[in-house]
Amino acid sequence: MGIRVLFFATLADVAGVHEITLESAGLSDVNSVFLRSTRDFPALQAHRDSILFAVNSEFARSDTPVHDGDEVALFPPVSGG
Amino acid sequence: MYRLVREPIDIEAMQHSLIRSEDGAVVIFLGTVRNNARGRKVLFLEYEAYEKMALKKLEEVGTRAKELYPITGISIVHRLGRLEHRDCSVAILVTAAHRAPALDACRFAIDTLKKTVPIWKKEFYEDGECWIEGVE
Repeated sequence: MGIRVLFFATLADVAGVHEITLESAGLSDVNSVFLRSTRDFPALQAHRDSILFAVNSEFARSDTPVHDGDEVALFPPVSGG
Repeated sequence: MYRLVREPIDIEAMQHSLIRSEDGAVVIFLGTVRNNARGRKVLFLEYEAYEKMALKKLEEVGTRAKELYPITGISIVHRLGRLEHRDCSVAILVTAAHRAPALDACRFAIDTLKKTVPIWKKEFYEDGECWIEGVE
């Protein structure tokens, strides 16, 4: 199944894609998902301090656990309204 | 009613489905597209959302507003895609027996939406474009 990783707004532009799927082996928490993503898209690193995370559509922290089949989203501070 | 739409927001339909006979007040907040931001001329906007999470968060805003204020109903609709000057990007309707809680709840709802709902705005200028990050 793997872990689906979604990018939005600036981060989708930086990565050049809206989503990827990662092998879940070795991925324990949100931070490990972020670090694995930066292997493919090193430019994400520059946004580390402002990135917000969500796991399965709920706000998450970098130490929130992830499991096979989860959907992890990375996005900048929101600006709707 | 909590929705994300790609066409103009039908405010009359929201009003029609929300107002009940016991209500004495309906407060409507509309966010519209401004032709300038931070001293720059804005040509148009584009909104993008993490739709699944945004719908969930819109509903949470409404649920929380109903817990905090004695209101009878709330509807929130946000538009996505390309919007031109004066277009309505977000509509929040709140009904209550009396005006005070409806006004307060509406203010709470737009302020909370701007902080918690995963939607992003991109501004387009004469000489470029830029994703806006965070609440203005």
